This record gives sequence, structure tokens and C-alpha cells, in this order.
Amino acid sequence: MAGRFGPVTGRARHPVIRIAGGAAALVVAALTLGTLVAVALRADGGPSLGPADWAAIRFTLIQAVLSAVFSVLLAVPVARALARRRFPGRVLLVTLLGAPFILPTIVAVLGLLAVFGRSGILSTALGWVGLGPIHIYGLHGVVLAHVFFNMPLAVRLILQGWLAIPAERFRLAASLGMGPREVFRRLEWPMLRAVVPGAFLVIFLVCTTSFAVALTLGGGPRGTTVELAIYQAFRFEFDLGRAALLSLIQFGICAVAAVAVWRVSLPSGLGGGLGRVVERWGIATPGLRALDAAAILLAALFLLTPLALIVIRGAPGLLSLPPSVLQATFRSLVVALCSVMLTLALALSLALMAQRARGLVAGGTEALASLSIAVSPLVIGTGLFLLVYPFADPVRLALPITALVNALMSLPFAYRAIAPALAEVETVRGPLASSLGMRGWARMRYMVLPALARPMGFAAGLAAALSMGDLGVIALFADPGQVTLPMQLYALMGSYRMEQAASTALLLLACSLALFWIFDRGGRMRADA
Amino acid sequence: MLTLEGVVIEQGAFRLAADWSVRAGALVPVVGPSGAGKSTLLSVIAGFFPPSSGRVLWDGKDLSPLEPGARPLSIVFQDNNLFPHLTVAQNVGLGLSPGLKLDRAGWRRVEDSLGRVGLQGLGARKPAALSGGQQSRVALARVLLRARPLMLLDEPFAALGPALRAEMLGLVRDVAAETGATVLMVTHEPRDALRLGGETVLVADGMAAAPTETAALFDAPPETLRAYLGEG
Repeated sequence: MAGRFGPVTGRARHPVIRIAGGAAALVVAALTLGTLVAVALRADGGPSLGPADWAAIRFTLIQAVLSAVFSVLLAVPVARALARRRFPGRVLLVTLLGAPFILPTIVAVLGLLAVFGRSGILSTALGWVGLGPIHIYGLHGVVLAHVFFNMPLAVRLILQGWLAIPAERFRLAASLGMGPREVFRRLEWPMLRAVVPGAFLVIFLVCTTSFAVALTLGGGPRGTTVELAIYQAFRFEFDLGRAALLSLIQFGICAVAAVAVWRVSLPSGLGGGLGRVVERWGIATPGLRALDAAAILLAALFLLTPLALIVIRGAPGLLSLPPSVLQATFRSLVVALCSVMLTLALALSLALMAQRARGLVAGGTEALASLSIAVSPLVIGTGLFLLVYPFADPVRLALPITALVNALMSLPFAYRAIAPALAEVETVRGPLASSLGMRGWARMRYMVLPALARPMGFAAGLAAALSMGDLGVIALFADPGQVTLPMQLYALMGSYRMEQAASTALLLLACSLALFWIFDRGGRMRADA
Repeated sequence: MLTLEGVVIEQGAFRLAADWSVRAGALVPVVGPSGAGKSTLLSVIAGFFPPSSGRVLWDGKDLSPLEPGARPLSIVFQDNNLFPHLTVAQNVGLGLSPGLKLDRAGWRRVEDSLGRVGLQGLGARKPAALSGGQQSRVALARVLLRARPLMLLDEPFAALGPALRAEMLGLVRDVAAETGATVLMVTHEPRDALRLGGETVLVADGMAAAPTETAALFDAPPETLRAYLGEG
């Protein structure tokens, strides 16, 4: 019966939690809203938009819409096949669908170039039958890369929807004699109508802040996103006013998209529980089987071939990489580990504060923790540059700023992993701890932290991998002598040293996946309950 | 002596009143239909939330300013009595020190109390490696070690079979006799109430009635109890 009442006592409002939570909230607010104010002040009364800027806005929106449309459209048959077919390797494939999230963008781009590029295997194959090579640079290249990254996410979201339909409904449909067409109309179509808009908007939002893909695959003035335009205004023209104005526009685009996502209730594709297969009847016909097999096979090929090529081409030169690459690796690892610590500190402080607070403070803390989904790294970078510039040389602070901004980008995901686990442990084990008089550090150490080991390990893994592979804010500040591994890889690609680039990409890929695996695994092993 | 002085518990449409005392060392089954507020009554005594009016007193001392852990009582819930990531010994040791700061003598006492509930040598195991009955014994070992004068049991053995439940009730009586504790035990099983004996509190129709001699109550059940027992 106790569930009917919220516990009133035993949930001590600890001063340490208040201070840590307040400090974390201040840091996040300063980095997101503070940098925005700096940008707005600088852009005020500055230059107006030129035709190139309008082109960038148009391009940003068009590529994001196309990326989201193709990702979702292609995901539906794959998710349907995964939902209703049992086959060896299914679990592995579903797990791999989560991998693009922690995959360094620039590595994936290199892999896609190896398949779809001018001298990629597809162009070579087309050459055999007398067709010209594919031109990957430009709108279709950007969309292709975005589909590579986001189609798997869409598959996971839609698969979740499929598995959320109760098994009894499919049994009922079968006993009523419904064929695949009626089942689709009565059961699957309503589910898709509920799930697909959310997936579409999430992917649209992610693609509006695309920087690394546009930087590497965008083709000149006609293939420039707003993010890329900020970078160019900053880096090549050093026109801070224009960079600030573009940052404001970028923020506007993100804000509108984020509000839309908020209203459609954001689905989460990171969760597990996708191991089940929907029991279906009347789908054993050869035609449907072939259709599903083709969907799964093509999706697997599309996702795995670029990565396989990175491994094949990169492996031979792995041991003869120049010292500069190894130094960059070391730098990136340090940045990633700092970013992990910052992410966990921010997420845990905010989650603890939100849990103890009521009403407005709790809601505000949660909103703050999700805010950076809607703020682009380059906007924050521009703002930070404007704030730091009068006092210190931002280039010298490139690495700490990168770690900080990366932590901010990982925060929404870390918070979403940690906060529910925190709420659960308080509900399930809180009464016992209170009845035993466990408070303060003892409660934290013996009740809270053990229950958070798994989500914190997962969050740390995500934060490490995202930071390791990030090519965003570092590009604004980078000092040529102090580059991170993704920057180094970009430089190698730019100078067409493709063998070294492949080996560097393999190293970067291995580092990102290993970091994720170590942290996630570590969390799981500590949570041996 | 436990005294509920004009206690009224309200939450939305739910209302429960109690105004009676239980003498020290009494064994008190708490019975009644589900949803009547048996567990809620225990939660208020344990201090998880305050009553909307009235006071809970122990030996004439008002408990309301005390947090759950500072009250002179131990509570055993229906489940979640053990932390799954801590060993059996650590789970029991929390009863001596909420921060597990135990010296050698403390750990010896933990081992002793495990022996008294028949779990000698199992201190290093995790709860998941124990059976349901053994897990209940761990919780009782901790109650034994805490030696608080009041024991609140919120259907702690509901998931066990009849034979095991009888065994656990025997253990509860032993632990209570050893520590001289007053026992309030929620149960929906009339046989358990009879086995525990003592005086029963009947919770029904927004009212926790004053304790009545258990055997007499079940011999001549009032209307509400007859309805609950299905003899109406």
C-alpha cells in the first residue's frame, strides 16, 4: 500500500547534492544559454544574410528532410523482417544496428568513400559494365552518409514499435483468419503511424546539425550546411559577426525541430529488449520470405561493407603509422577520458538534484539536461570563442574546450540512462535503506551507486566513444600541432594519403569501440545483482 | 507500549482511523481485506509518511520528529528486504551500522545472528544464491541484531509455501521472545494469525479496530471479518 503515498522522510536534502547539482546546472546553462547570448550580442547589427547563406539554409533543410525520409522508408521493411523472422545472427545484427551511434563520423565517411567513391568498389564494378563512376560529393553523398548513420536508428525504433504490439493481438488476428494485408491494416499500420513521425523528427533534428559529413562529402558552395558555413566564416574569413549570425540561424532551426520532437514524444532507440521475435502466421510463402531475406541482406551489406573495407585496407599499415598519429591518439584518449568524467559528474549531479526537487526545479533540471540535443556544437564553440577570446588564446584551450563540449553533447543520453535507474532504486530500495537509517554517503555507496553501475557504465561508454570520434568543435579551434585523432584523419584524407588514412581510421574505430566496450562491460560486471 | 493516538490517515478518497494501544511484548496479527490499509498503517508507524492527524507514541514518547531509521523499530517488507549487490553478511551488518563500519566484534555478532536463524556459514553469499525461505531468514537475522523493541512485518512470508510459512512464524516468535519485542504482523492468511496468537487488529471499512484476543475474534467473527473470510 505504501506506493499510494510518496515518501516524505528519509530522503534527506543533502547539502553536497544541492551544491553539486547547482554547479552542474550553472555549467550547462552557461555553456548552452550563455554562449547563445554571447553569439546574439555579437550578431546584433552585424552583416545581413547573403545569397550563399540562404543557400546554406536551404541545403541544410533539404538534406535533413531527404535523409530522414530515406532513413525511415528504408527502415520499415528491414524492421518488419527483423520483427518476424528468426535466423542465425539476428541478435548480432540488432546489436550492430546500435553501433553507428558510437561510430566516428569521419571513419564511416572514409568507409562510404571506399564503396561509393570515385575509385570505390561500386564505381569499379559499374566500370566493368561500361557505366561511369559515381559522383559522391554533393547532396546525394551527404544524404547517403546520413542514411548510413540514421537508418539503423530508425530500424531499432520501428522494431521496438513492432515488438510492442502484444503477441495476443497477432494470435487473435490469426484465429480470425486475417491475412498479411489485413494484419498490416489493423495492427501494423496504426503502430507505424504512431512511431514513424517521432523517428522522422529525431533524424531530421540530428541531420540539421550535421557538420563532419558536410565537411567531408558536401560539394562546394552548393553543398554547404549552416554548420559548415559557420566553420568557414570562422576559419577562412575570420568573420566573427557572420559566424555569430549563422549560429543564431542554426539555433533557430534546431529549436524549431526540437520543439517538434518534444511534442511527438521522443522515442528512445538505445534500450534493449529487442531479442523477441513476433510470432506470425501466414507469412511462410516463398515471396514474403524472399522479400524479408532481401531486406535484411541489403541492410547488412550496406552497413557492414564500408566498415569491412576500413578493416581490410587499414590493417596492413597499422603497425607503421607515423608518430604524429600516435600522439594524436594519445591526445584523443585523454580528451575522451576527461569528457567521460565531466559527463558522469554533470549527469549524476543533475539527476540527483532533479530527484530531490519538486515541481519547477525538477522540470527545469530535466529540461537543462536535454537542452544540448537542440544546441549545435559549433554554435557553442563560436560562443565560447567569443567569450574566451578577450581573455585568453582560444587555440591554446582547444583540447579542454573539446572535452567540455563533448561532455555537454553526451549529457542528454547519460542523463536519460541514469535518471530512471535512480528513480527506480529510490522506489524499490529506498524504504529499506530509510528504515535502516542509511543516509548521506552510506546510502550513496551501498544503495545508489551499485544500482547505477550499469547505466553509468553505458553512459561512460557512450561519452567516451562520442568524444573519441568527434570532429566538430575541435575543427574551430584546432592548433595544427595539437590535433586529435579525427582531425589527423581528416588532414590525411585531405592530402590523399589514403593508405595511412585507412590505417588511422581503423585505429580510431578500434579506440572508439574499445572505449565503449570497456566502460559498458565494466558497468555490467559491477552490477552483478 | 505502542500507542496510536487519534491517528487518521488520508489520501484522496482513502481514509483510515486508529486509536488504541498495544502493550509491550504483545504479538499482534493485522488482518483485513486487501486495499483496506494494513500496509499503510505499518508505513505510518514506521515513519515513511506522516498521518494527517494524531500521533504515534512509543512508551509515551512522540515518534513524529524521528526519521524511519531512528525509530525504535525494525520493519520487514513483503519483498526487497535485501540489497541484491551486497553479501548476506553485509545485509545483516547494515543492522548494526548503516554505513557498514563494523569492527571484528561486530562481524562476529553478524555471524552469530546468522547462526541463530540457521544460516551458519552462508554470510559470503549474495541473496540471489539463497532460496526464498533463506532470504526471509536473513531479514530476520538483521531484525535480531538490531534488537529494536518493535517489529513490523508487512506480509514478509506471503511468497512462501504453507510449511515454510509455519516455520518462519515459529522463528518470528523465537526472535520476538529473545529480544522482548512487540510484533505487528500484516497477513491475509487467518491460519497465520491464529498461529501467531496474541491479539488481532482488524482493518476494514476505514477503521483499524483495537486489538482483540485472536482466537476469540476468529471464533466469533464480527460482520466485517465474516465477509472477509467468506462466511458471510
